[in-house]
Amino acid sequence: MAFAAFGSSTPTTKGQTKSGRVVLALLLPGLLYLVLFFVIPLVSLVLTSLETPAASGKIGEYVPGLDFGNYAYVATKYWPQIARSFGFAFIATIIALLISYPLAYFIGVKARPWPMLQRMLVTLVIAPFFISFLLRTIAWKQLLADHSPIIEWAHQVGFLSPSQSFIGSNAAVVFGLVYNFIPFMTLPLYTSLERLDTRYLEAGSDLYASPSKVFRKITLPLSMPGIISGTLLTFIPIAGDYVNASRDFLGSSNTSMIGTMVDADFLQNRNYPAASAMSVVLMGIILILVTWYVRKSGTEDLL
Amino acid sequence: MAGELSVAGADLELIDVRKDFPGFTALDDMDLHIPAGQFFALLGPSGCGKTTTLRIVAGLETPTQGRVLIGGKDITDTKPHDRPVNTVFQSYALFPHMTILENVAFGLRQRKVEDPLAKAQAGLDLVELGHIGARRPQQLSGGQQQRVALARALVNRPSLLLLDEPLGALDLKLRRQMQIELKAIQMEVGLTFLHVTHDQEEAMDMADTVAVMNKGRIEQMGSPEALYDRPKTAFVSRFLGQSNLFVGKVSEENPNSVSIEVGGAKITVDKKRAEKHTGTVAIGVRPEKATFHEEKPNLGADHVLIGPGEIIDIRFTGVSNQYLIEVPNIGEVTVFAQNVGKSPVVELGAKVWVSWKVEHSFGLRDLPDGTEDLG
Ligand SMILES: Nc1ncnc2c1ncn2[C@@H]1O[C@H](COP(=O)(O)OP(=O)(O)OP(=O)(O)O)[C@@H](O)[C@H]1O
Ligand SMILES: [Mg+2]
Repeated sequence: MAFAAFGSSTPTTKGQTKSGRVVLALLLPGLLYLVLFFVIPLVSLVLTSLETPAASGKIGEYVPGLDFGNYAYVATKYWPQIARSFGFAFIATIIALLISYPLAYFIGVKARPWPMLQRMLVTLVIAPFFISFLLRTIAWKQLLADHSPIIEWAHQVGFLSPSQSFIGSNAAVVFGLVYNFIPFMTLPLYTSLERLDTRYLEAGSDLYASPSKVFRKITLPLSMPGIISGTLLTFIPIAGDYVNASRDFLGSSNTSMIGTMVDADFLQNRNYPAASAMSVVLMGIILILVTWYVRKSGTEDLL
Repeated sequence: MAGELSVAGADLELIDVRKDFPGFTALDDMDLHIPAGQFFALLGPSGCGKTTTLRIVAGLETPTQGRVLIGGKDITDTKPHDRPVNTVFQSYALFPHMTILENVAFGLRQRKVEDPLAKAQAGLDLVELGHIGARRPQQLSGGQQQRVALARALVNRPSLLLLDEPLGALDLKLRRQMQIELKAIQMEVGLTFLHVTHDQEEAMDMADTVAVMNKGRIEQMGSPEALYDRPKTAFVSRFLGQSNLFVGKVSEENPNSVSIEVGGAKITVDKKRAEKHTGTVAIGVRPEKATFHEEKPNLGADHVLIGPGEIIDIRFTGVSNQYLIEVPNIGEVTVFAQNVGKSPVVELGAKVWVSWKVEHSFGLRDLPDGTEDLG
């Protein structure tokens, strides 16, 4: 971006080349970081995803190659996990948005006259991070285990049919995903709503817009930046999550996601090319979706 | 109720309205009646409650007490979007995520008026910004934004238009032009305008009725001429134009006039032009109504004469010269003399007498700040 901006000016005069050098110098640490921790691992990942089994035939031994079969293998074998990952991520993101928006609106707009309350509520939103999320997810597993009071109650009221478990179901995984990632939705929403100038809302109501119209035509579009960053910050990590869906936590073998399979291929099956191919696929799909999404959001088509 | 474009303005009535903010009373016992189709100006210093008054009328603020009536209908509890009122906000409040044209069309769309974009375009043309409909508010200058805000409210043809310093950001020429434009629109459509300003010239120029506000109250209300000719409080006499004020005890009372004694001089006012006839009274005169003389003139009882004093400052302002005269025991007196070329040649330090016709004196209801009641 910075280069594009500078490229448009012709660096003929002394001053401009000088400022160009300064910019380069300022960008250098960041660029180095990117190369070291992003570009090199990425290249290594792609290379790994194309490796072929070593001649020795031993498990876990591979040699460099151009084996696109890894991708075919991954696509045919793991397409349910791929579909499930994005399905879960989509549903969990929507749920997180629906829960977060009113909450963020309350903290950012309604609670403005009480800054103390605002700060306290924001702290509460991030408070769960003070405890390891593995511990918290394990805790949920116990809270929602078969004979826990909550589940007993759910059986009684009929939310769950008799003898049906909650842990291991799709709903349990989505629940865990929403629970674990919701602060990533709430915080950006809060930041953008906290800056919302309520005078626009007043102008809207002065121009005959009912409260629901004011929300749709003014509040929502003005908080779009928060919605976009919030949904991206939740959707992307959820699509790659491997904890909630795993059998050891809230899921079962029927709920595994891409991350679960990457985990299994890397650490148990030692099928590094397949795991890498899966990661590349995950990244590719996310990249395509995000590009599409950001394009759309720029044109307000999402409304 | 806001479905139809109104054909004419409606009258506005505020009855005993009061607004308390935590620890602060912004409006106190506000009573106001604006007849339909009037151009009404609310004039007052910063922080006196002008915006608060408009917000109460628009429904954006709930009065602590009192009623608001538009067209005879009590709308105190009506939501803002159901009131036949539009506001030109002091801060413009143009929607940043919409184009200028969409901003102007917003109210029309909400009321499902036919062909909103064409009407919005006409509104923009009216404020001479027809060519920038596709831009965003951030790309406009302050004055342009202000005119867009004006167009956005005007296109709705509300029965009552609230204008919160709608011309404050414009340069003098554009401002004059917009004043004429506004006045023309108001007369043509017969809308009721409630125009807030702290520019006294603008208020006097445009309004049928001017109300001068101070500290959450209306001090005085009337036609611009009446307000200028006969201010009733010290605040009004100084906020609208300039005044020389003299404070003294009533020393003489006649059937038609009262006089006070100030520093050995007798200052007289017609009874019908005085609010108060006993005790300590403040009497004023406008600087342009007073004249000065280099010789002590021989004037009858229909004139007030003070002096001699000394000219301590002369200011040339183009159309007139302003003289500041220090009169012993009385204080400083300002006199405006028209600059017609043959004004007396006087210099700093000259000894002069000041006089004016008794019929130009006005008697105030209160005393200027910082003077004490002489019992
Ligand atoms: N929400 C609020 N809370 C507390 N005080 C307020 C609030 N809104 C306004 N005030 C106070 O009420 C008084 C009147 O404010 P208002 O905005 O009506 O002034 P104004 O006459 O429009 O002034 P200006 O010419 O500067 O715009 C001010 O002293 C202001 O500080
Ligand atoms: Mg104001």
